[in-house]
Amino acid sequence: MKLDAKIPPGPIEKKWEQHQLDMKLVNPANKRKYKVLVVGTGLAGASAAATMAELGYQVSAFCFQDSPRRAHSIAAQGGINAAKNYQNDGDSVYRLFYDTIKGGDFRAREANVYRLAQTSVKIIDQCVAQGVPFAREYGGLLANRSFGGAQVSRTFYARGQTGQQLLLGAYSALERMIGLGRVQMHSRHEMLELIVVNGVARGIVTRDLVTGAVSSHLGDAVVLATGGYGNVFYLSTNAKGCNTTANWRAYKKGAAFANPCYTQIHPTCIPVSGEYQSKLTLMSESLRNDGRIWVPKKEGDKRAPHEIPEEERDYYLERKYPSYGNLAPRDIASRAAKEACDSGRGVGKTGLGVYLDFAASIQRLGESAIRERYGNLFEMYARITDDDPYKTPMRIFPATHYTMGGLWVDYNLMSTIPGLHVIGEANFSDHGANRLGASALMQGLADGYFILPYTIGNWLATAKLEKVTADHPDVKAAEASVAARTQQLLSVKGKRTAASFHRELGQIIWGECGMARAATGLTRALKRLPELRQEFWSDVNVPGSGASVNQSLEMAGRVADFIELGELMCLDALEREESCGGHFRTEHQTEDGEARRDDERYCHVAAWEYVGESKKPIRNVEPLQFEFTHLATRSYK
Amino acid sequence: MMKIKLNVWRQKDAADAGAFETYDAADVSPDMSFLEMLDVLNERLTLAGKAPIAFDHDCREGICGSCGVVIDGRPHGPKERTTTCQLHMRSFENGAEITLEPWRAGAFPVVKDLVVDRSAFDRIIAAGGFISAPTGSAVDGNATPIEKENADLAMDAAACIGCGACVAACPNASAMLFTAAKVSQFALLPQGQPERYRRARAMVATMDQAGFGSCSNHGECMAACPKAIPLDHIARLNRDWLKASFREGRRVATSGDSAAG
Repeated sequence: MKLDAKIPPGPIEKKWEQHQLDMKLVNPANKRKYKVLVVGTGLAGASAAATMAELGYQVSAFCFQDSPRRAHSIAAQGGINAAKNYQNDGDSVYRLFYDTIKGGDFRAREANVYRLAQTSVKIIDQCVAQGVPFAREYGGLLANRSFGGAQVSRTFYARGQTGQQLLLGAYSALERMIGLGRVQMHSRHEMLELIVVNGVARGIVTRDLVTGAVSSHLGDAVVLATGGYGNVFYLSTNAKGCNTTANWRAYKKGAAFANPCYTQIHPTCIPVSGEYQSKLTLMSESLRNDGRIWVPKKEGDKRAPHEIPEEERDYYLERKYPSYGNLAPRDIASRAAKEACDSGRGVGKTGLGVYLDFAASIQRLGESAIRERYGNLFEMYARITDDDPYKTPMRIFPATHYTMGGLWVDYNLMSTIPGLHVIGEANFSDHGANRLGASALMQGLADGYFILPYTIGNWLATAKLEKVTADHPDVKAAEASVAARTQQLLSVKGKRTAASFHRELGQIIWGECGMARAATGLTRALKRLPELRQEFWSDVNVPGSGASVNQSLEMAGRVADFIELGELMCLDALEREESCGGHFRTEHQTEDGEARRDDERYCHVAAWEYVGESKKPIRNVEPLQFEFTHLATRSYK
Repeated sequence: MMKIKLNVWRQKDAADAGAFETYDAADVSPDMSFLEMLDVLNERLTLAGKAPIAFDHDCREGICGSCGVVIDGRPHGPKERTTTCQLHMRSFENGAEITLEPWRAGAFPVVKDLVVDRSAFDRIIAAGGFISAPTGSAVDGNATPIEKENADLAMDAAACIGCGACVAACPNASAMLFTAAKVSQFALLPQGQPERYRRARAMVATMDQAGFGSCSNHGECMAACPKAIPLDHIARLNRDWLKASFREGRRVATSGDSAAG
């Protein structure tokens, strides 16, 4: 497989501008002759579908939820970065670009990241125009807050509900196009197969989650905006429905899967309370602006937090990283929490927790200022834990939150299958080995509003597409494979639920491929996972039929794909013999426990190519060149 | 550990008449969420060869608006400003008998068990719940300062999660609070002014067509709303709708302008 990133030549600040001039355009009158299928309606999918419909393309959009507004982008709390420099604190496009490259531990593609930083400023303007109620100062201008991994204040926010407000903005633009008949919306439809004809992506097969009907949808381009695969860990901050099925089907049809081992464990989540736990809840990283993280200095100190005097507390982030303190990037803050707990200093019943303490800020700013900034988050915490964070410190612990890996795309956001585009969290492109806070919303909307709508025009204008109809043998074969798989899931009639397999998978992945990874554990997982897959297909119990609403069937199909993906993750983690960002190999660390990158051997993207059932996939490599930044050891000290 | 008895509405599909069935849930931890209690029950039903209970859910952190069960007659259950997914079993007594029903409203037909079809909400938004600002057309975000108080009020309205509890709580199954929240958000912002009256008229017309009842100011919607969206927004919608009706009369004579767009 040849990986051509198609990075335009020229100085970095001119690449995108020049590329826009060089790309072929589709004449306005011809746009309506092209049909684009968009799967997923989160920030990336909704903004792309709306924008392409505004341009005049025929668009069909799909989501498994009952409404496009439910996509999990809605749950993002803290904010969205943009290099506006409204605070006059020295921000610039270059600084946002550099922070993102450095935050990603020099494992992202420079040209893509620079374009992302350039585009960031337009996103804020677009969202304000849509009526997104961003936080404002008394003078009426937009407010900013700071976020982990940055020393400037460039994060725009809408209380603790930034993702909700941005998604509702994109959703309203999408609904406007639906109302005008320019987008055909298919809610409660799940994509279960990609249709590839003569090597080109030409459609998808979906299952209607209400009637069970399996049908094909054909078009001139397919866009996957289907989010990340964090639920491979079973417990994560993702919504229960988030899954990898669409991406996994595409992988099995020839789309390379890049850097699957790059997963982000978010440092500030509410700890697990019991075995029945179905998901983990994030407490926004923005809390680290005003909260101080600590554990007792003494091992096994079971005193209540207020009984532990100041000098017996270890504010370990402030101690280890004095210049960034509590705002150290996510991977570093998570690992530090794990170390604290591993050393027996964790807090709470399980010992798997650290304190996030607001007492100093409440004393300095007053309770009402803290309430104004984080009221809804404090309320959410109180509701889940039955503790009052105004009075007692929050207990937090890291949890899986975001996946930097995803389907490989070139500069045009096209995968290794021509015609198949991948945007937002579903692709791998912009965050390297670790994503900075408030950059996911930025990337989703950059891809959807401002990048894909340009690059897809170039694809449509230059591709010579044959006519494909519903009776084409490749279409029929794709439909038949969906029907067969559904039947197979229903016919096992074993003794275990899909959820029990999912929990077991999660334990394996969290244990062996979580915050710290080692060859021994990864090898163990790679032996166990194929067995788990076999057990699944011989012992899963999926009740009911495929001909109506069947939530167990939906879940089982997703779990089956997660088990396979888990295997690829462990393989990727095993073969990347270095530590970088969220990928921490215990064999590769410095004397003081920091990640040790190996730029000689691993300054590249690993893009895995599927070659058949039970065959080891091929590891293709895209070398990363750092022409506009210097490969440096990441330090936040 | 708690023991709970559940009376659950079971309905195969839209055509089925539906009926209550009773289940015992033992080993319920007070720290479980309400939906986790149902997950555990569903796994047990599955292994016993029975059909698990269908319910909508996704984010499980009170923001996506997917979940919604009428619990003992109250949409989202006994706790104020709390979605079903954020409700915990510690809000119930050990030994409690709890009745679970889907949202009941003509405009929200039952799909299966506790799952209903809320697509009418999407149609109301498609009719006018937007500001027409095609991508690329925006001016700088700080070009128009907006009074903080109005921005905050707009945010209060925009906090609606579209769950439909307001409709389920209303004796008339009216969707006024949902519609008003969106109309109000944009009416409070300068960007929303050009389409302000057209928006109010189009959204109300679509709401009426979808079969929602009319508002008679009971206020049950606000009590059930997990985001506590206040009734003031309904008053603002009513004012805008009235003005829109006058303006419409005036405009028909001079221009033939279309409803949505």
